[in-house]
Amino acid sequence: MLERSLIGKTYPPVVFEVEKQRLRFFAKATGQTDPVYLDETAAKKKGHPSLLAPPTFLTTIGMEQEKPYQYLTDLNIKMECLLHAGQEYTYHVPVHAGDTITMVSKIADMFDKKNGSLQFLVFISIYTNQQQNIVAEAKSTLVVRKEQV
Amino acid sequence: MTQWNHRKANVGDEIPILTLEPISRSTLAIYAGASGDHNPIHIDIDFAKQSGLSDVIAHGMLVMAYMGQALTNAVPQSSIQQFCVEFSSLTQVNDILICSGKVAERINNNGQESLTLNLTVHDTKGNQKLNGNAKIIINYH
Repeated sequence: MLERSLIGKTYPPVVFEVEKQRLRFFAKATGQTDPVYLDETAAKKKGHPSLLAPPTFLTTIGMEQEKPYQYLTDLNIKMECLLHAGQEYTYHVPVHAGDTITMVSKIADMFDKKNGSLQFLVFISIYTNQQQNIVAEAKSTLVVRKEQV
Repeated sequence: MTQWNHRKANVGDEIPILTLEPISRSTLAIYAGASGDHNPIHIDIDFAKQSGLSDVIAHGMLVMAYMGQALTNAVPQSSIQQFCVEFSSLTQVNDILICSGKVAERINNNGQESLTLNLTVHDTKGNQKLNGNAKIIINYH
């Protein structure tokens, strides 16, 4: 059983500079071919200030904190038992290379299914840019499975 | 990119299907580097086996990124207001993923038109890997 008293726990903000090289690496790793993600000149021709961050890029910011898996320790979860069950984004402002994004995440919920054999953990993250505009909100649902399924 | 005309889309219309190259161990290693998600369950077969799996598994977020690519091939990214998915089964090495989307509803809310797309990713054996939806805002300027 996950420690439900940690519902509401907020983790320290993560400040992330969106760099062109990182966006290109991410675009290539995910098979993107659209030049707005790869070629700054092409992105500018389309009206973007620089390379555009693709729709799922923001989730990488959470991995850049000093201890991205601190919550596993806090909740006594073994990493090998963790799976990603769902992901939701609501977008407000596009993110481009050159932006500085601050992410704040909190544990929003915990629940279980199948008589407790599957435990679910929900994070809500808010991403804000250097102009203090919220660029997006995300909800990540993780499932903790019993070992040796 | 040749964009699908979302402004004229109606219920039942489908966005162009995106079929990916088979998932390889290299794909997963490169995505681990690019995304910062170094969970060894995606890159280390010894760790995966110790965890009770037969092999490494793909990152769910890689599958979602592919679905996102199918979406941005079809509509301007700035028109995507919401993008929500559930991961329905594990994606394995050698799986060939097929991303598709279909217009479920077209809404006019006080003059602001939007589409809801139902999204799915399957492999070539018909196993569903992801299902979800996206809300697309239609602007005419």
